[in-house]
Amino acid sequence: MQESLSKASPLSDPSRWAMRWSNFQRRYAPYIFISPFFILFLIFGLYPSLFSLYMSFQAWTPSDGWGRWKFVGLENYAFTLTDPMFWRSMWNTVWLGVFSGLPQHLIAIPLAFVIHMVLSRFKTFVTAVYFLPYITSSVAIALIFNTLFATHNGVINLVIAHLNTWPLLGALLPDQNINWFTSANIKYALAVVVVWQFTGWNTLLYLSAIQAIPKDLYEAAAVDGASRWQQFRYITLPLLRPMMFFAVSLTIIGNMQLFEQPFVLLNGGASAATPGGQTATMYMYRTAFEWLEMGTAASIAWILFVFIGILTYLNHLVFGRAARGGD
Amino acid sequence: MKRTLTLLALLAFFSLGLAQKTTLTVAVFPNLDDALKAQIPLFNKKFPDVEVKLVIQQYADHHNALTTALATGQGLPDVAAIEIGFVGRFAEGQGFEDLNKAPYNAGQYKRLFTPYTIAQATSADGRFIAMPTDIGPGTFFYRVDILQKAGVDPKSMMTWPGYIAAGRKIKSATGAFLIADAADVAWINIFATTPANNSPYFDEKGNVVVDSPRFVRAFELARNIRAAGLDARIGAWTNEWYDAFKKGTVATQFSGAWLQGHLQNWMAPETKGLWRVQQLPEGMYASWGGSFYGIPTASKNKALAWEFIRYVTTTEEAQIAAFKAIGAFPALLAAQNDPSFAEPVEFLGGQQARLLWRDAARRVKPLKANKYDRIANEILTAALSQVLDEGKDIPSALAEAKRLIERRMR
Repeated sequence: MQESLSKASPLSDPSRWAMRWSNFQRRYAPYIFISPFFILFLIFGLYPSLFSLYMSFQAWTPSDGWGRWKFVGLENYAFTLTDPMFWRSMWNTVWLGVFSGLPQHLIAIPLAFVIHMVLSRFKTFVTAVYFLPYITSSVAIALIFNTLFATHNGVINLVIAHLNTWPLLGALLPDQNINWFTSANIKYALAVVVVWQFTGWNTLLYLSAIQAIPKDLYEAAAVDGASRWQQFRYITLPLLRPMMFFAVSLTIIGNMQLFEQPFVLLNGGASAATPGGQTATMYMYRTAFEWLEMGTAASIAWILFVFIGILTYLNHLVFGRAARGGD
Repeated sequence: MKRTLTLLALLAFFSLGLAQKTTLTVAVFPNLDDALKAQIPLFNKKFPDVEVKLVIQQYADHHNALTTALATGQGLPDVAAIEIGFVGRFAEGQGFEDLNKAPYNAGQYKRLFTPYTIAQATSADGRFIAMPTDIGPGTFFYRVDILQKAGVDPKSMMTWPGYIAAGRKIKSATGAFLIADAADVAWINIFATTPANNSPYFDEKGNVVVDSPRFVRAFELARNIRAAGLDARIGAWTNEWYDAFKKGTVATQFSGAWLQGHLQNWMAPETKGLWRVQQLPEGMYASWGGSFYGIPTASKNKALAWEFIRYVTTTEEAQIAAFKAIGAFPALLAAQNDPSFAEPVEFLGGQQARLLWRDAARRVKPLKANKYDRIANEILTAALSQVLDEGKDIPSALAEAKRLIERRMR
């Protein structure tokens, strides 16, 4: 249409180009401006996802070279779903998800309330301090905790040994140094690391939500004679539900994909505590890069994906109504 | 300013000059790169027009990058260093040149090397994918000062029951642990009792043998040490491990001969003169580590890559240079006859340790790599920790391990 018009009325060259350029801009500029995201997403997001889906139906030893894979149908899924090592890693993941996820919120909500109510003058400083672990490299954190949890000279065991000399506590605590790096104990160590690292992040989320709660609600409650606890229980908690939905969703997704902390603490799988501490993502990584079973690893990724989807949906059922403004 | 310009011009001139040379990329991990840095000037005397470019990454990163590069066929070096833990896996894949074939014809060189290294780099279907450069004969380190204090004769530790009995004496006399991790004793027994030309975990037909008596005994020895409280329950390559060597809280350690270099250079230099070595108990011989060089099929400079590998692995001068640089025990038999082997090792109180290690290296039986070795190793490690940490009984732990390995073999 444009083409035929310009042919019919031969305009001078510069103005014709100017018009074409302006038309082109008007039509395509928006697409060009948003294209960087789509190009990056296609290369680093969509393509790998689809490739891993395709790979989950193949058997491929990557050191054989590109293209040397063999179609095996659902074999990888059947193998993974009946693999005791996979289920043990799933159990570790869920255990860690609960015992490192719940405390984060149980600490963060009251902490945010206290910071808001009592420490509001030092709010910025206190929040920054609690937030610091979140922006510290997980690898650095895991390395430091490795030293703290050391069996013979670790600070944590030294503290326990010292507390052991106290009259009442002593009866409760073990007399020998605890070896944290066994399958039975490693989960507690990991949970401590994760809670320490992510509580600050959740505190920040809850603090921002608490600040958005109108002051007059508290004032009205105070006039009616509500105590601090009652204000917290009947005003803060209900109004925090949308943020709880968001924060718990993030925790579920993050905890189900926990990787760096166990990977570093378990020395990449070389530690004797690996069976009791490795998470599903760590098991997936090792299946791919240590045992070179790419197809099986891809099937683990997709099973994990479905599992996270189900958990997020359950979370939606619990907190979601409030998040949408219902209740 | 002027000087900078002159410098830049000079640099440009020289880089042009270098561009005329052929570049050979060699991917390697520490501290094997230090050996190469000593070997490359010697190599350049024979091949002055070759510029050897080193791509150095940490041990795990190096092998991961190599796996990824093999998977995609992109970014592969001309020569790749391969550590023993990975050589079996890469041998089973198709990513490396078969050096048995022309133009390499590596068959003629095989008799020059410590025999067991050839089997390590050979796939089940007979392809030979990498030339050995250094080896790690297994050896028995002990702290002579702790043993003396406890009145233990090192010779009395040459049987496993004697070893454990000595451990009790050491513990009660000095408070030191016998060994860092009881699991090491299980592993050394498993590796050293493997019949020649077999995988440690599989028989000739590929059947899983992890429930056989030699595994039961290996597990029992480790359990007895753990039950008597003689091990410090410290994993290898952790800060606590290094600390134990420094403070002398463990009296013995089984490892490759290369551990001496690590102890001397950074782990516990202050313990110089306190360590001694002897052969493993009960006439056992085992290999502990080792490195190889292979040529990726996608390499663009295969002829030159082969010249390079041939130089660093089969010439005495290159092997001795590596030995002097990092103490890498030469895989080349001729290099082991160098006079420097008889020199006393100061760190070991002047012991002629290298002669002992050379003797051990010649007695190690060749093992055969199996595609499933690593997964079998993983499963067995888990079984051993169940026995040691959770008190599971040995026959059922091994039966369970066998079942888990079998279902992995697809």
